[in-house]
Amino acid sequence: MDLNLTSEETQFRDELRSWLTANVPTDWAERREESLESRFEYLRTWQRKLFEGGWAGVSWPKQYGGRGANLMQQVIFWQEMALASAPPMANTLGLGLIGPTIIAFGTETQKTRYLAKILSAEEIWCQGFSEPNAGSDLASLQTEARLDGGSYLVNGLKTWNSYGWVANWCELVVRTDPNVPKHKGLTVLLVDMKSPGINVRPLRQITGESEFAEVSFRDVRVPIENIVGNVNQGWDVAIGTLMHERGTFGAGLQITFRRNMERLIELAGQLQRNGKSVAQDPLIRQKLAQCYAEIEIMRWNQMRAFSRISATGVPGPEGSIQKIFWSELNQRLQQVAQELLGPYGQLEAVSPHSVDKGTWAYGYLRSRGNTIEAGTSEIQRNIIGHFVLGLPRSY
Amino acid sequence: MQFGLNESQEILKQNARQFFGGECPMTHVRHLAENKQPYDPALWSKMAAQGYMGIIFPEKYDGLGLGTVELILLMEEAGRALLPGPFWSTVAVAGGVIDAVASDAQKMRYLAPICRGEARSTLALLETGATWDLADVKLSVSGGKLSGEKLFVLDADVADFILVAAKSGVFLVEARAPGLSITPMPALDLTRNFYAVQFKDTPAEKLGTRTNLARALDIATSALVAEMAGGMQRVLDLTVDYAKMRKQFGKPIGTFQAVQHKCADMYLETESSRSAAYYAAWALEHDAPDAATATSIAKMYASDACRSVGNRGIQIHGGNGFAWENDIHLYYRRAKASETMLGDATFHRERIARLVVDSVSTAGCSNDRSSR
Repeated sequence: MDLNLTSEETQFRDELRSWLTANVPTDWAERREESLESRFEYLRTWQRKLFEGGWAGVSWPKQYGGRGANLMQQVIFWQEMALASAPPMANTLGLGLIGPTIIAFGTETQKTRYLAKILSAEEIWCQGFSEPNAGSDLASLQTEARLDGGSYLVNGLKTWNSYGWVANWCELVVRTDPNVPKHKGLTVLLVDMKSPGINVRPLRQITGESEFAEVSFRDVRVPIENIVGNVNQGWDVAIGTLMHERGTFGAGLQITFRRNMERLIELAGQLQRNGKSVAQDPLIRQKLAQCYAEIEIMRWNQMRAFSRISATGVPGPEGSIQKIFWSELNQRLQQVAQELLGPYGQLEAVSPHSVDKGTWAYGYLRSRGNTIEAGTSEIQRNIIGHFVLGLPRSY
Repeated sequence: MQFGLNESQEILKQNARQFFGGECPMTHVRHLAENKQPYDPALWSKMAAQGYMGIIFPEKYDGLGLGTVELILLMEEAGRALLPGPFWSTVAVAGGVIDAVASDAQKMRYLAPICRGEARSTLALLETGATWDLADVKLSVSGGKLSGEKLFVLDADVADFILVAAKSGVFLVEARAPGLSITPMPALDLTRNFYAVQFKDTPAEKLGTRTNLARALDIATSALVAEMAGGMQRVLDLTVDYAKMRKQFGKPIGTFQAVQHKCADMYLETESSRSAAYYAAWALEHDAPDAATATSIAKMYASDACRSVGNRGIQIHGGNGFAWENDIHLYYRRAKASETMLGDATFHRERIARLVVDSVSTAGCSNDRSSR
């Protein structure tokens, strides 16, 4: 056990840190009020800068334009990005999920065609996984693809597509054989979002924004060379993609929570209630300490998990505890912020009385999605029950 | 960075698991508890032969000279086995305090016999107020003699000498010292006993000041958290086994999500407690700036977790979990005792607040970062 960074890790961190110091734009936080489109173009420019600096796709192998960073370096990457308050990258899904999927399952032609443009943010990607009637039970999805000459004809409806409204391409999971058990008739296709028959409708969410879209497919033609992996083996490809979802990104999230916590402690010291500082209120102290502690434990759990993955090479089902831990913790943290701020916590950015430009009102609502997105807490608990503890399948 | 055990740590942990599994099975634990035997001298000697009593102490006092991480691995396995008796009080508490505050000659006289398995000891800390804040210690020594009372002293009747926290420092009282009386305080935990210790003009030898006491107690706390994590692991294992075996409505009850999700939460809390114990031990061993905070975080989290893991474990066992003959209540009892020992979650949340909230929100009001 050695929790200090090795000299190579320190070198990697220092190099990245000095690059970020010189290059991270400082006005991202001020752009909350701008349109989604203009904010997105801002993020695209930022990703291009990272790409030119050699920092887009840190986990990707060098031969595909990445940095070939090992797991601990990836952890450091996300930590440093968060510490530097760097904006997210435009092509989050392309870099984090779809690129790695193409690298693992794609043909050489597909790699040559798609990967470079993911890195440079020239082409933005979304995922077509969930459907109105296939959420947690993803394998029951109904969007179908029928072979028609040299291409597939796709019909169906996908929902909760992050970046669906801006994406050029989509990693789409479709049913190619309805006559076999549900996991065995699925195929993954790469779909040009400009294909005729695709209709994108933004989904307005609880926060009033539209991070997600609903995408309908009506007789959309997809060439057969756009299959990733093999026909009817799409479940393995989709699971491969979702495994990346529980990757090293959480290390950055931990830093973000920690910074939110530090801000709450600062606010507690400034606010007065009942004639004294809120930071002296015994109940608030208990709650702040509880959140602070859980954010630290989140880090220690992650460090143990990353060390294990480094040693064994594979993320295991025990990664589900990280997802449960951070999502439920963030909801508790946001609730503590509300208690601390009182009615001020509810004010939106436009109010001249708002605290931290409405961050806490937004965070309270946005965090409700944390226990649903990327696998609900219930599904994560099923995974632990069955795959980690060996209890019988419940469904 | 590598937050995993190295090869020799893995071996130590595996050996300890085998050792306790073979030498301290539940039948033995139950036998000692039901016959009110506070510990087993034969088992004690075997543990000493393994070097367990001196695991973290310097070789010059007949110890093994290993680190805090090694101590907590051992404690984790002891907790899993529900080891009865004064191992934690002797090694992690008393031995650690002697090592932290006493002179070289005193260590030769008191620590070395502990390392060799020849002596048992404990720390008398709490008074009638039963608060874990060191500032609340009122007992005073005059003319080298102690008069007063300490409560909730673990394992006092099998201690060869008792360490006493007093206002002016840490003192040592021999078990046969005049004016010393020890009376049981029968309590929930059947495998580790509390005693009231009274002093009447009892001669006491001063070991040292209280300067290093907080850090020594932090090491003892991290060891206790590891023991709690080991206990939680055992309760989880028993519960998962039961959920696989027990059938209702024609299926194992572990098929039902209401049961599965409770087990998943037990797993999450057990793993998180373990992460916290390991981190705290590493931070203490390396004198990291957040060592005191990390210790309190670990104890805070594990104090709540060991109770809720036990609650869920008994609930899933149904009526069988409520039965005396089921081992789970023995763990449940220890969990409650450990929850309050050296401060419960509320105590440690306040300590965390002093360490991380006050340092930011009241600028200029500096805190002793090691204060307990």
